[in-house]
Amino acid sequence: MSSAAKKRFSLTPKEYQSLAKKREPARPILQNCIRAFLSGGVICLIGQAISTLFQTYAGMTQEQAGLPTIVILILLSVILTSLGVYDKIAQWAGAGSAVPVTGFANSMASAAIEHRSEGIVLGIATRMFKLAGAVVVFGTVSAFVVAVVHWIIGTGGQS
Amino acid sequence: MKLGKQTWLFQEPPVIISRAAVVGPDEGEGPLGKDFDIIHDDPFVGEKSWEKAERKLLEEAALLAVQKADMSIDQVDLFIGGDLLNQIISATFASRTFGIPYLGVFGACSTSMESLALAALTVSTKFADYALAGTSSHNSTAERQFRYPTEYGSQKPPTAQNTATGAGAALVARKGQGPRITCATIGKIVDMGITDPFNMGAAMAPAAADTIKTHLADRGVSPGFYDLIVTGDLGAVGSTMVRELFAHSGVPIEETTYDDCGLLLYDREKQQVFAGGSGCACSAAVTYGHLLKRMEQGELKRILVVATGSLQSPLTIQQKESIPGIAHAVALEYGGGQ
Repeated sequence: MSSAAKKRFSLTPKEYQSLAKKREPARPILQNCIRAFLSGGVICLIGQAISTLFQTYAGMTQEQAGLPTIVILILLSVILTSLGVYDKIAQWAGAGSAVPVTGFANSMASAAIEHRSEGIVLGIATRMFKLAGAVVVFGTVSAFVVAVVHWIIGTGGQS
Repeated sequence: MKLGKQTWLFQEPPVIISRAAVVGPDEGEGPLGKDFDIIHDDPFVGEKSWEKAERKLLEEAALLAVQKADMSIDQVDLFIGGDLLNQIISATFASRTFGIPYLGVFGACSTSMESLALAALTVSTKFADYALAGTSSHNSTAERQFRYPTEYGSQKPPTAQNTATGAGAALVARKGQGPRITCATIGKIVDMGITDPFNMGAAMAPAAADTIKTHLADRGVSPGFYDLIVTGDLGAVGSTMVRELFAHSGVPIEETTYDDCGLLLYDREKQQVFAGGSGCACSAAVTYGHLLKRMEQGELKRILVVATGSLQSPLTIQQKESIPGIAHAVALEYGGGQ
């Protein structure tokens, strides 16, 4: 292939690949970082506001408010996904909308919506974890590793 | 008649007696909107799944092309079609509706010219009196098969391309009014080792350059022989690369107008399509809707349409294979001669 390509284009595949790399429009990394920072921050700010509301008006402690706050964020994300808005936000926000819990909810809801046409069991239920599955696997594995380290150091969960 | 190793010269050039292009909302809003026969505002086209929607687009384009020739589908001898989906389901299920002999072909986005070249071949050899070539793609079926669920929030890089929603069909006959198919060059797989599925333009550009160079050499002409040489869906990145390759291999492309269907289909300033359009419908709708119309209006006499295909699957990408590219060229002429 290499010599054939050389003969055809007077370029080896390697040379072509580096030329393609050079001509590729650069990803706007700085802009992506700023947008991710802003959008991720806004999502966290909304979370904080919800948590504060639970503490102020429902008499919950900070710890108690955690769970319902996450539930509401997930619900918001699923609603935005269903309305076809979340993917548009994500093109702008990038990692800012992918990393928080809303991104996880979007990955499950979008897969569920997409595979509805293949039925409830083999479509929705089987495919729902198509993207989220990896997060669950690596989350569990890393939790296990941390637990083992914790156990060896000997703080025994009491810290 | 064979010219060189890869080019078919049709001594009695078959004629595209009618054609149709059907598109989705984004394509309709693009600069070529007025050239398409049907523009759907609803990406579901009134169907229940994306796949059924794509199939309907293809059925509409094919049946409309036949209807425009004052014929019925039963009078057509052969349908040659394909699409991007697994087991080319759009073309196959559309053929179930048509109920006529069917040849399914796959060349990814090069299917438009692959099917047109084969239709011309069957007609010119008299194995068919009327052959219908058609292809389709749908943004959401492609997203879901090749990338992520349509509503999943992932950020696309500037090299990505937007799969066009639509379908195009052309009815080919031995005699009649319309652009003549004079020549076809069947491409080879060219793989220069590009592995990024979000940069298909760069992956397909070498195949396009190879087919164009071979076509010109086989036919013994230079680019200036054509009023327009147009590639299928290289987009902004791929057309830059193909120009680089022309420069490296000494093809004087500046003699003619070179353009790309992926750049013609959308307004990249206003529409979020990244490097441009892609998909079977991109070259099919632009050629059958826009370019043939320009030929009929006398703006273009001789054009070379080079449909490009990137033949990867999600499986081969995950197994770290590079992306094989292919390009098939069809030369069209209008007026003069006959």
